[in-house]
Amino acid sequence: MRPEKKKTDNKHTENIKNEPAKPAQTEEEIKREAIEIEKRRLRKKRFSMTWRVVVALMIALVFLAPIVFTMANSFMSSAEISSNYGSIFQKTDTGGKVYIGKTVNLKLIPDMVSFSQYFTVLFKSPDYLLKFWNSVILVVPIVVFQLVVASLASYGFTRTKGKISAIIFFVYVILMMMPNQVTLVPNYIVLQKLNMLNTNMAIWFPGIFSPFSVYLITKYMRRIPKSIFEAARIDGAGEWRTFLFVCAPIAKGIITTCGILIFVDYWNMVEQPLLFFTDPDKYPLSIFLSKINAGEVGLAFAVAVIYMVPSILYFLYGEEALVDGVAFAGGVKG
Amino acid sequence: MRKFTNILKKIKSHPAFFLVPSLAGMLVFFVIPYIIMVYYSFLDNPIRKEFIGFENYKTVLTNRAFQTAVNNTFLFTVFAVPMAVILGLLLALLLDQKIPGKSFFRSSMLTPLMVPTASVVLIFQVLFDYNGVVNKYIEAHGLERVDFLKSSYGMIVVVILFLWKNLGYIMVLFLAALGNVPEDGLEVARLEGANVWQVFWYVKIRYLSPTIVFTTMLSMINSFKIFREIYLLTGEYPFGAMYMLQHYMNNTFASADYQKLSTAAVYMSLVMVVIIGLLLFAEYHFGRDFEES
Repeated sequence: MRPEKKKTDNKHTENIKNEPAKPAQTEEEIKREAIEIEKRRLRKKRFSMTWRVVVALMIALVFLAPIVFTMANSFMSSAEISSNYGSIFQKTDTGGKVYIGKTVNLKLIPDMVSFSQYFTVLFKSPDYLLKFWNSVILVVPIVVFQLVVASLASYGFTRTKGKISAIIFFVYVILMMMPNQVTLVPNYIVLQKLNMLNTNMAIWFPGIFSPFSVYLITKYMRRIPKSIFEAARIDGAGEWRTFLFVCAPIAKGIITTCGILIFVDYWNMVEQPLLFFTDPDKYPLSIFLSKINAGEVGLAFAVAVIYMVPSILYFLYGEEALVDGVAFAGGVKG
Repeated sequence: MRKFTNILKKIKSHPAFFLVPSLAGMLVFFVIPYIIMVYYSFLDNPIRKEFIGFENYKTVLTNRAFQTAVNNTFLFTVFAVPMAVILGLLLALLLDQKIPGKSFFRSSMLTPLMVPTASVVLIFQVLFDYNGVVNKYIEAHGLERVDFLKSSYGMIVVVILFLWKNLGYIMVLFLAALGNVPEDGLEVARLEGANVWQVFWYVKIRYLSPTIVFTTMLSMINSFKIFREIYLLTGEYPFGAMYMLQHYMNNTFASADYQKLSTAAVYMSLVMVVIIGLLLFAEYHFGRDFEES
């Protein structure tokens, strides 16, 4: 867009330069020419705008496609699913594949919209709902208590000055950035010592005390002007009051963001249950879904959609906060 | 007694008291076991507790599985992270211009982050299976089919999945940074006759550099999490090219070899500390304090 603007500017200056050489050009003509140039510029601008929208739309479609296809497939009958994907998911008992049809057929619109998959999942095979409940039971306490513990700690970090608090915060930052491969080992060691393996506590405790949201919330709270804390103190509010009625409400946005990020992270977890649970009955839906049998691919699509719903709803509810919070995390927004 | 309750009250109303629950949890579940882990890495075995120095470190380094895992993880990070940062920046530049329906585009690019991978893995299998959609098109063009999930090409699928999931997040970070570039700086550059490219390279990039550092760091950390996607796509025993560090860790867990496990974790934390240190240094170098303390 900008180079065009520059080009027209050049033309303008050329025109002005040429003016004395062509005295025959009346004021009227110059005006008309200027209008012509302006029109051309606008047309070009409109063209680049459409072009941009088309590109953006295509990218957006690519991003949404896997989700849309999953949803569309969940409304197909199991017969349709197996005729479409039979060549992929059909397996023999020995694990080798039997190719019934050679072609795969990825379709967006079902031949006939059918709710039979959902019906089966919800009313006929309780296994899926049980695993869904496993996920809920594992994730919700982590989200709630990590937010409580982290908000408290963030207030502590915000209100304490000095080297010790800075060093402790630094340790939090380092631990936050350690990948799962590293932190799961110490977790496992302590869970074994405390006899918590194969119980829900094995997932809950490391999750609740994870330093992730402490980092984000502290970073946010430190930007709250000192004068606000000062004012609260002068008004006679103690630390608890200041935290509950002054600090926490201001940080509400970032706390919402952390809530979404923690929820999505743990809703999607795979490593922890794989390592800490020996009993597959305790597995959350995320792992169970990947072990689904060939004959139940149709069901799998419906389960997949049911599994996405909570995180998508949460996302829609907190999207603005999330975008701001994510932007803030980049240290670019105050 | 009264004095005691008074002291208790004082402690309770000190801001440091707010740190207690988190600190206690961190100590019990992360810091102390971490120290135990480092201790384990120098032991012969946890029952006999014989100190053997750096013996474990040598064994792990020469372990073939560990080498493969490190190699694959490194390769993946080297390919995926720069791609994620560059493509994320390009997307942000696209959406930073005047464009109708901006928030729709932003949301749709951010959605993959929110959707559990387990839910969309089926579609990725349909796409990249040996009998899948992509192969159907490859064959239609007269080329030979590729068994993506069971060959070295698997890495391509994993990179695609990684980009699909992480680009939105990175784009939002860059979008916010672009919004913070002061308008008058851009205006001056344009008046001086700088073209779009020059404005980008000499002005915008300066303001974006802290974000570039931050997104690189985030993507690196996220690239270590890719095990999830691979596990869901290919199960417990993937093709060799997709055998990642987490697979190595899981297998070592399964064989209950805690010394090896601890040693591998110590190695990894050392690498992480170097990465984190470099990024903190870069952050400091750009004049922005990472910790804002």
